[in-house]
Amino acid sequence: MVDFKTLSFWSICAFGLICSFLMGCHDLLPSAPLEEDLLDGPVEGLTPDQSALFIAGDIAFNDEVFIPESGLGPIFVATSCGSCHAGDGKGHPFTTLTRFGQPDAGGNKFLNQGGPQLQHRAIPGYRPEAIPAGATFTKLLPPANTGLGFIELIPDSDILARHDPTDVDGDGISGRVNLIDLPDYVTPHAEAITMGGKYIGRFGKKAAVYNLLQQTANAYNQDIGITSTFEPIDTYSGLVIDPEISDKTINEVVFYLQTLKAPVPRAGIIEGKKLMETTGCTKCHVPQFQTTFSSVAALSHQIIYPYTDLLLHDMGPELDDGYTEGSALTSEWRTPPLWGLGLSKNSQGGKYFLMHDGRAKSIEEAILLHGGEGQSSKATFEALSAEEKKQLIQFLESL
Amino acid sequence: MRNILYSYLLAFTTVICFAQETQTETDTTQLQMNMDAVYARPFMQVGKTPVAVGGYVEANTQYFVTDGITEGFSFQMRRLTVFVSSTISKNVKFLSEIEFEDGTKEINIEFAAIDFEFDPLFNLRGGVIMNPIGAFNQNHDGPKWEFIDRPIMATQMLPATWSNVGFGFHGKKYTRNMVWAYETYLTNGFDDRIIANTENKTFLPATKLNRDRFEESNNGIPLLTSKIAVRHRKIGEIGVSHMGGVYNKFQVDGTPLDKRRRVDVWAVDFNSTLPTKTYLAGEIAFVNVDVPETYTQQFGTSQLGAYLDVVQPVWSGLLFGWDNALFNAVIRAEYVDWNQDSFIETGDAIADDIIAIVPGISLRPSNQTVIRFNYRFHSQKDLLGNPPVKTGGFQFGISSYF
Repeated sequence: MVDFKTLSFWSICAFGLICSFLMGCHDLLPSAPLEEDLLDGPVEGLTPDQSALFIAGDIAFNDEVFIPESGLGPIFVATSCGSCHAGDGKGHPFTTLTRFGQPDAGGNKFLNQGGPQLQHRAIPGYRPEAIPAGATFTKLLPPANTGLGFIELIPDSDILARHDPTDVDGDGISGRVNLIDLPDYVTPHAEAITMGGKYIGRFGKKAAVYNLLQQTANAYNQDIGITSTFEPIDTYSGLVIDPEISDKTINEVVFYLQTLKAPVPRAGIIEGKKLMETTGCTKCHVPQFQTTFSSVAALSHQIIYPYTDLLLHDMGPELDDGYTEGSALTSEWRTPPLWGLGLSKNSQGGKYFLMHDGRAKSIEEAILLHGGEGQSSKATFEALSAEEKKQLIQFLESL
Repeated sequence: MRNILYSYLLAFTTVICFAQETQTETDTTQLQMNMDAVYARPFMQVGKTPVAVGGYVEANTQYFVTDGITEGFSFQMRRLTVFVSSTISKNVKFLSEIEFEDGTKEINIEFAAIDFEFDPLFNLRGGVIMNPIGAFNQNHDGPKWEFIDRPIMATQMLPATWSNVGFGFHGKKYTRNMVWAYETYLTNGFDDRIIANTENKTFLPATKLNRDRFEESNNGIPLLTSKIAVRHRKIGEIGVSHMGGVYNKFQVDGTPLDKRRRVDVWAVDFNSTLPTKTYLAGEIAFVNVDVPETYTQQFGTSQLGAYLDVVQPVWSGLLFGWDNALFNAVIRAEYVDWNQDSFIETGDAIADDIIAIVPGISLRPSNQTVIRFNYRFHSQKDLLGNPPVKTGGFQFGISSYF
């Protein structure tokens, strides 16, 4: 029984403290960030079984860390998928990939010396790879994952509609598709269009990857050193070894990537949107597409705003690193999607690292690095007033 | 292992049954040093036999929200720990501590050692010992603390509770107002898991997954742990400790695999009671690990962690029949940086850190029992220093010796 005579000021304060905590619960429990401020999260409209598959893929992608016992390396770039794509956003120079050995469309000359990708890290006791003498190379910043499933469903016909390698329309833009061979495990889309027996690539900085299954199996193998039934060759020994990850897990990760939401546009400046058009940026950074049919209803026949044409463009000598993939020239780069651009800093440690290798530290710097087919738009941008430049950049950050 | 545990529990139950009224509640924690914590516990003695038993239990409920998402309420049986001690003969003592964590998810022998007292300044201890790094590793009993969670620094950077097989010496020297003490042990040590683990960071506790460490050393090189501490009867206690050794398996059957790579830990701990009866306790620790240059920067070469507890008694007196019930207002601040390195590519500092604040209140019906209510908020950054993940929540728990 409480001896109320002994209750002091302090005990009343303690009781008051408890009450304050309980009453203030709402403020003491961290609230969720706004959906428009996040790149991760599933597309709306998944069924319960699809949501379960998404979560399984999410765990494999973001939580599974490989160690030597589970197959890491022995030479590698990163220890997990999430290491390179924090919050499903763009990567950081810490996880930049280096690819080497292909100076032209004639194929990689250094496949027997570790090409095309450098595994510059190694588990203890092993030596990492080094770039062979004479090999040209480029550094590639990991892209954002957001909206990849929608991009996978842009019809080939829509991409080809802008394919204009000889600039027939005379607009100064001569984008073209990267034609690639498919690995055996990749099944072409039902509406795939072939040209000379080759398929249209759409993922990767050089558009040398066909779909998300190829991208995922290749990344496990080349980035983490994990073999699968899809990519069974050990990057260190060059030998076929037992799979170190199941087909099930890879398929879950592919589904996760396919069903990540598209970035939610934030409040932008309408003048900036107009300037995107008047400067000619939208000739390559095409605002809108419609996806084709998908068995995942949430992805099927959706209007999307990725701001890309998925074509290769000559970007001038300053961005020519002397390395390429597929049929692309070394100066050609696939137009990167701009959606989610403004949230890049949230996955890059608070700073911008833009362009294919992260050399641009601001959006303006990235624009000014455009050459080749982008030269005209860059010149137009430079001629804008300071206010107009600000409006354009604010619009880009709102995508 | 299971049979041993059953035998242990049977013996414990038997002792309880025959303990009768001979319980000796000796709470001398205020007079003891951290190194004495293993023996400074309430025990029940079995008649006139030299065996005494004791233990403690910890349970709690909690509700946490991380960036707006919650898994709801959880009820947790954190620990059930059983001690058995005995005076084998004059100047020869034995004590063991077996802990059941999260139900029976983890069952560990945390301490099982024999002490031979040759002189107050020179005692030999052998068996499963708790390495004297910092203070918390040796002085971690739940009922002694006003907080439901253990310090992040102590459990997620230093590997508390960190026990190993080994031998060593300890002793004390008393002067009028001071007690000087030392401990030094050679034990089995760490292994490659500290830089090859699914935490994706240099993580000393990962070695605890190696169940073989009680059977053999990972690399044949003992881990040396040493501590010196001094306690002034009026001011408080301060200790400085070091733990270091080769952690990696640098050879197999005489075939070299790698160079010998060291892990070194330095810690400073202190506690004091101010004239306002405010109790302060804290630790700061530094970890240095020789990580191969060709490995990933994800695994840092240096770490820093610290915590500070402030406990302010606010009321004591008769409450529900408890003669000396005590209310405390408490707060803990803690910080851990698991990777103090910088990115080679950019020169920017690597983040991978956490900062936490834990205010709360506690009610002690007696010295040996505590009812705790904590609010916890922590903010954790990833390697790159992206916007932190924020977690906040409430915890209510109990802990008591028995």
